[in-house]
Amino acid sequence: MRLAIRQTLSLTKRLLLALWRQPWFVAITLVQPMIWLLLFGALFKKVIDIPGYHGGSYLEFLTPGIVIMSALFSAGWNGMSLIDAIDRGVMDRFLVSPVWRGALIACGVLNVAAVIVIQSLVIVAVAFAAGASFSVLAVLMMLALAVLLGAPIAALSSALALVTRQEESLIGAVQFVVLPATFLSSGLMAANLMPGWIRDVARFNPVNWAVTAARAVASAGTDWGLVGEHAALLAAMLLLCGWLATRALRVYQRAV
Amino acid sequence: MNGSAERSRREGSAVEAEGLVKTYPKGVRALDGVGFAVEAGTVFGLLGPNGAGKSTTVKILTTLTLPDEGRALVAGHDVVREPMRVREAIGVVGQKPGIDPDATGRENLRLQGDLYGLPPRVARARADELLERFRLADAARRIVRTYSGGMQRKLDVALGLVHRPEVLFLDEPTTGLDPEARADMWEEIERLAHAEGVTVLLTTHYLEEADRLASRLAIVDRGRIVAAGTPDELKSGLRGDTLVVELAVSVNGRALDAVGRVEGVREASVDGRVLRARADEGARAVPAVLAALEAAGVSVAAATVARPSLDDVYLRHAGRTFGAAEAEDVRR
Repeated sequence: MRLAIRQTLSLTKRLLLALWRQPWFVAITLVQPMIWLLLFGALFKKVIDIPGYHGGSYLEFLTPGIVIMSALFSAGWNGMSLIDAIDRGVMDRFLVSPVWRGALIACGVLNVAAVIVIQSLVIVAVAFAAGASFSVLAVLMMLALAVLLGAPIAALSSALALVTRQEESLIGAVQFVVLPATFLSSGLMAANLMPGWIRDVARFNPVNWAVTAARAVASAGTDWGLVGEHAALLAAMLLLCGWLATRALRVYQRAV
Repeated sequence: MNGSAERSRREGSAVEAEGLVKTYPKGVRALDGVGFAVEAGTVFGLLGPNGAGKSTTVKILTTLTLPDEGRALVAGHDVVREPMRVREAIGVVGQKPGIDPDATGRENLRLQGDLYGLPPRVARARADELLERFRLADAARRIVRTYSGGMQRKLDVALGLVHRPEVLFLDEPTTGLDPEARADMWEEIERLAHAEGVTVLLTTHYLEEADRLASRLAIVDRGRIVAAGTPDELKSGLRGDTLVVELAVSVNGRALDAVGRVEGVREASVDGRVLRARADEGARAVPAVLAALEAAGVSVAAATVARPSLDDVYLRHAGRTFGAAEAEDVRR
């Protein structure tokens, strides 16, 4: 058990170091969400004037949405590092070692979690600088929910990477899913202003579970029942996706 | 390690494979009943052209993939039923380098130590020791991407040795290396086997490499073992010397007829403009062969006599020369 944890942490360190050594990639990962925040913030500023929109500044409405959306993006690309490891033969070296198989999936999930935490803190800091304000508890809960959405998506991305073993397929799948999943949620637009059918679809969209929960903790009079329910749904999704990813590892092993 | 377990393994086989069969999804039968045994503490060579089934055999023995049929024991453990025990006992240097190009040499080695559960202090010391031994100490803090091909290969081998494996698998360890780096690698492999008692299973498509390093070898062709033994046994299975005559033009029938009538010359075959034959005493047979060809109106460009090589062994057992098998594989 202790060895499994040490293996997982060592493998996570490898990914974080590799990330750290690509300063351009780090910069883009951090700057892009800021641009989303400021761009959408300016573009949709008048949304709050529409009748039916409740609450204060659009920036405070938007920030949880951008935090979750950015988490989704970062997590979606997680499988790329696995494909890289497969192509380089690094994956095969890990597989012939007595490493706990779960560590090969968990390291990517932890790596993504670390990226999401840093990325979300940057977004919140920019929001603060632009005039929004959140309680410490709200910020911590937003981080937790972003990680709780990112973790299962990261595991799913790993599973997809192991089954397809092709960068092109993973890029295609991520692009196919990520933007629609964002727009089929209340990430950028209040739920009561969305068309009815989108609202119906959004109820089954994990991105929407995370967004509505993050927005609930960020606003006054938090509905903790809703937050708990959505967090539980995301946790269940993490278990399912983690299981899928370890199955995918077996598929990979049969295919080589 | 437990002393008596060590001894019993030393006396027996480090690797035993029996009737291994593996078919890939598109119906390609990569292995068609491969079996052999490797005595502990020796270097065993699997020799064959690309695509013969060497790498698939290594993948099964190193638990990377499962056989469809057959069984295999590595370091006394069944590769299918006890893969974790096998993994603890083996070191693997694959055909693709398994090194992480975005990490430093030392980071690569330290991670490997963690994966094999070496205590942190031991892992650190072992990393330094291997960097020293493979003359990579000066480059230890450099990102591996900046290493030369030879340095990367050395690091790759060092990674396979971090946990002091009982059995080391080297899948084409010198492919793509320049002659100097290849000579270095050969020395290292010899040292591992002779000084440290590591059992080495080596695959190669270089006849010279198998001849120099392996104390026993098996020749693999089209998913089967076609011959096995010590290099000398395999070569002495061929009586006499090899005669190679280069013809000025390719004239199969006439040349064969002429040479076939010369006394003491056997197994003549023509491949394009190259005529091969065996003779008990090559030097004496040459004038007679040349005269016979001359008489038949076949002009000769060059003639050589050689002691049997592994290439001849291959020709004898696989029914084609090594070069032809490689070329055929490329066409496939």
